[in-house]
Amino acid sequence: MPDLLQGSLDLLVLKILSRKPKLHGYAIMTAIQERSDEVLRVEEGSLYPALHRMEEAGWIRAEWIIKDTGRRARIYELTAAGKKQLAAEQERWKSVTSAVNRVLRTI
Amino acid sequence: MIIRRILNVFRRDRISAEIDEELQSHIDEATGAGRDVQQVRGVLRYREASQDIKLIPWLDSLRADAIFGWRQLLKRKVTSAAAILSLALAIGACTGAFRLIDALLLRPLPVAHADRLYAVLKQGTSDSGGGMVRYNSWAYPSFKLMRAAVKDEAELIAISGADRTDITFKSDAEMERANVQYVSGWMFDAFGLLPAAGRLLTENDDRNPGAHPYAVLSEDYWTRRFGRDRGVIGKTFRLGERSIEIVGVIDGPFTGTEPGTVADIFVPMMMNPKVTRDHATWHRSFAMIPPGAPMETIRAKLDAASRAFERERAKGYGGISRAAIERMLAQTVQLEPAAAGASGLQENYRRGLFALATLVAVVLLITCANVANLMTAQAAARGREMALRVSIGAGRGRLVQLVLMESAMLALFAVLIGSWFAWWSAPFIVGMINPPDHPARLALPADWRVLGFGVALTLVVSLLFGLAPAMRASSVVPSSALKGGSEPHSKRRTMYALIAAQVAFCFVVMFVAGLFASTFQNLSRRPLGFTPDGLLAIDAATHTPQPAVYWTQVADHLRELSGIESVSMSDWAPLEGTASFDFASNSFVSINGAPPGPLPAYTFGISPGWFETMKIPLVDGRDFRRGEMQTAAIVNEAFVRGFLPGLNPLGQTVGVSALKLRLPIVGVVRDAPYKNIHDPMLPVVYVPIYSTDATGAAEPMQAAAFVVRTTRPNALTLAAMLRQEIPRARPEFRATDIRTERELVDAQTVRERLLSMLALFFAGVALLLAAIGLYGVLDYSVLQRRREIGIRIAIGANTGEIARRVTSEVFAMVALGAAAGIGFGLASARFIASLLYGVSGRDPAMLILPSATIIVAALLSAIPAVVRAARIDPVTMLRAE
Repeated sequence: MPDLLQGSLDLLVLKILSRKPKLHGYAIMTAIQERSDEVLRVEEGSLYPALHRMEEAGWIRAEWIIKDTGRRARIYELTAAGKKQLAAEQERWKSVTSAVNRVLRTI
Repeated sequence: MIIRRILNVFRRDRISAEIDEELQSHIDEATGAGRDVQQVRGVLRYREASQDIKLIPWLDSLRADAIFGWRQLLKRKVTSAAAILSLALAIGACTGAFRLIDALLLRPLPVAHADRLYAVLKQGTSDSGGGMVRYNSWAYPSFKLMRAAVKDEAELIAISGADRTDITFKSDAEMERANVQYVSGWMFDAFGLLPAAGRLLTENDDRNPGAHPYAVLSEDYWTRRFGRDRGVIGKTFRLGERSIEIVGVIDGPFTGTEPGTVADIFVPMMMNPKVTRDHATWHRSFAMIPPGAPMETIRAKLDAASRAFERERAKGYGGISRAAIERMLAQTVQLEPAAAGASGLQENYRRGLFALATLVAVVLLITCANVANLMTAQAAARGREMALRVSIGAGRGRLVQLVLMESAMLALFAVLIGSWFAWWSAPFIVGMINPPDHPARLALPADWRVLGFGVALTLVVSLLFGLAPAMRASSVVPSSALKGGSEPHSKRRTMYALIAAQVAFCFVVMFVAGLFASTFQNLSRRPLGFTPDGLLAIDAATHTPQPAVYWTQVADHLRELSGIESVSMSDWAPLEGTASFDFASNSFVSINGAPPGPLPAYTFGISPGWFETMKIPLVDGRDFRRGEMQTAAIVNEAFVRGFLPGLNPLGQTVGVSALKLRLPIVGVVRDAPYKNIHDPMLPVVYVPIYSTDATGAAEPMQAAAFVVRTTRPNALTLAAMLRQEIPRARPEFRATDIRTERELVDAQTVRERLLSMLALFFAGVALLLAAIGLYGVLDYSVLQRRREIGIRIAIGANTGEIARRVTSEVFAMVALGAAAGIGFGLASARFIASLLYGVSGRDPAMLILPSATIIVAALLSAIPAVVRAARIDPVTMLRAE
């Protein structure tokens, strides 16, 4: 179910950004790992394409900042459209998980 | 969003740099947290996934192909330039031809509902018997009847020719010429025209003969002549004996309904003295027919009205045979769509233009075949590159795109140069059509119609020459191509087919060009019967009719001037005419009081000494005497052949119905073309120029032509002097136009000269292209078969055998193409038969010349390839690879 998995990465990224805006890619990845108690490990190879796709879709926007080390970093935050998308994704996730749970209960 | 992604295609480097930087900062963070650099870098290597999100992948690949294609074109500068130039010439010629055809024949007039406009024509058998003829010229009383007959269903509009007319805005000394068109007052409303200044004419301005001295200017004339001065409203000018007031200017580009002639001044029909005459047919009739109206009913009503008029008119006829009257009454009215207007230029050039357009289209096809062969050869040479692309995963579609991109770039450059060529050539051709002192003007806008045509043409052309090589390149089989041994025969088959097609097309172009060229030659070699060189024709006019003695006085004055050999007068300058109509006056004749025959003769008023000035020899009898009134006639030999066969013409009397005269024949002259040098020699009755009134005295005259024979080799050097001397002889007289008779003769063959010149040019281009194509294919096939040829030489084949092997297949194709070309040529000759003179498509000589030329060209273009094949060194060849 690639749809489900991809959707869940989007959902996680949007959720993280809604709590803590202005994170760069690496911080988003570590945040997901920490909050899931190291259960969920984000594929680094698919994180950036997902970020760029959501940026193109207008859910998140990016800007460059100068880090303490003097290097540039690209940080992301939610847009209004992203907030709507997050709500929709959450709704979808709930209905999917409850559906899965129902299946598990009946067997 | 889409726009940003499109833009990102062209900011590709920055986009990838940003992605790299972002990933690098990730790597920094990760290694800072103690992870292995190599491992992180490995996970992040899919940069392209992000890149494809940020831009449009297909557009990006197009961009890459464009850059690659450009490099390919640059790599082969000479072939690319040759391909681009030949395509540019062909595309430019096609677009130019389209512009001309569009402007003259297709483009709707700039009026409301041009699609509802129809020309009202009469169709019947011609006076000389034989074929069907269409007459577009009407008498106003007949028009009035027809208009009343269909007033509920359609609006009829009368519009005269836009004739060059002498007008004066200030004093008589400043006479100038403008194109004056007589139109129905309600035309402006019917065409939805609006005034830019003042008012336009209405039905109320066109009610009673001579009662509405008002005129409207075209915006074009207002701008050219008056610099858009609003003060021109209310000004008057003199037109003939009348003073006419300018009441307004039309808003917009409307300049009459005659493509090729621009109308400057519009005057109500009622201001033309001919409106009341039953016998003067002088204007076109148009009908505005609303959509859904019953066409057949309208046509039948018009037909009935026209027939009633003709029947009434026939009652007054004298001196016309029964058969001629029957013929006139049997004419039927036809309606023909005229959204693009109606003009003599259209009628004269329609077929010629389409023939020319077909020729250039065929040249374009030849060019496409050539470039396709070139690209195929190149694609084959790039077989390994293609094979490599396929083996590392390029799809077929991607390869087609790669090769098509190159074709599209070729086409694009060709179109850029070609559109410049079309831009220049179309007005150039219109300029060539100009008869002397009567400039044909044709609006040639470059708008969306021309642009659309150009774009469509480019697409078709690049597909035509690009698709086959592209498909070929994409169908490469990597395993065999990389091994170096593909089977070459299938590739050559397409090339051979293209060669055959090229030769066939080339043959058609040369055949048609030959027909046009010999038509022109036949016409220019045709005996004129008079000597045009050194002869000047001066149109002279006066404001009010002047007594005959004054006219004679002016002629006598001119005769005294230095450089002048002789001066005489005629009704109009011999062979004067325009694309739209010939100067002619025909009439039925009766011999010795017998009933008139069914065929007309032509009349021409001349002064004594005219034959001498023209150098037309007198065969029998005498010339007119000085002061002789219309009491004698001179006929030409064609007249004797037609009306007095086997009789001594002298002393017979000839009755001329139109002049209401019966005259004894006093002389016979050699034949000379009367109105048009394409016609067979017509029977002509020459009569003294001054018409006589009831008492037999000479009537005053308002316009005539002086024919002046000069002793100067270049007669035009005397033009300025003559122009001054005419008013000096009599102040009432004015030279309105001075041309050499040579110009007038040449103007008669403008169409033929134009067609033969352009057709010969394109035949040369076609031949050159076909020869280049042949050379290219032969050269390529020698290159492909060099190993085979090397082996043959090694085992003892001589040069003749090699030459035969290399060329036999191609020459078979040439023969096949030529045979097909003869077929096409014979078919096309039927279509252009009406444009030819003294030559027929079935003339074997016309077929032999192009065939011989093609064979010679084929032999010449085969020589380099044969030499190359014969020089192949078997040792080097067999060692290589």
